Amino acid sequence: MKRTENYVKMEFLSRSSNEGFARIAAAGFAAQLDPTLDELGDIKTAVSEAVTNAIVHAYPDTLGRILLKLRITEGNTLELTVRDWGRGIDNIDQARQPLFTTGGAERSGMGFTIMESFMDKLHIKSAPGKGTTVVMRKRIAPRLTGGR
Amino acid sequence: MEIGVTCQERNLTLLLKGELDHHGAMGLINRAEREIEAALPLKLVLDFSGVSFMDSSGIALVMRCRQRMRELGGGLSLHHVPQQPRKVFEASGVARIVSME
Repeated sequence: MKRTENYVKMEFLSRSSNEGFARIAAAGFAAQLDPTLDELGDIKTAVSEAVTNAIVHAYPDTLGRILLKLRITEGNTLELTVRDWGRGIDNIDQARQPLFTTGGAERSGMGFTIMESFMDKLHIKSAPGKGTTVVMRKRIAPRLTGGR
Repeated sequence: MEIGVTCQERNLTLLLKGELDHHGAMGLINRAEREIEAALPLKLVLDFSGVSFMDSSGIALVMRCRQRMRELGGGLSLHHVPQQPRKVFEASGVARIVSME
């Protein structure tokens, strides 16, 4: 495990109104890595997908706890962890497939595809009935000062 | 999310305003479908100029509108799509099947 240079942990209730809060918090923390606007957009989108999954799929009929952990490791890398203690995923390979969803007509089934494409690494650990942990990493390339 | 509706000569424009995430999109697909049913447009434009953030919830909206317009024999295009939503459309393959102007 790479050395931690900074981290924040926050826990919130699985209310959809917290989706916006979670991505703004992640973007605020990531700002110290001096990301481009494009990279900030990627981070916000990935957090939004992971937190929405927890709200929609982990706790479909109840309110539960969601943990968001933001960590900066050596090498200018941001690690995002979204953890829940909800229903869990039966088949992770199937859940990662583009267009697969159990969420009905309002969901696209593209959440994991987008997380994968916007971040460098995506790791999913889940046990039915126990919960899901999604870990994503993205390296933010250092920029020359006075750049964009 | 707020939605602005203009319809002229069976061209329906839905102007989307706000953050298009799961929270913001609640009821939005139903609202869009109701506007399509009322106008029966030949062309539907989804205007993204007021969308400050979008995740995959926006894909579900666009795909539903695309399907409904195909059933009506009409077309769909997306206008003024900012960079962040554009990347989501590109990563998901939507950009290849829906025209963006």
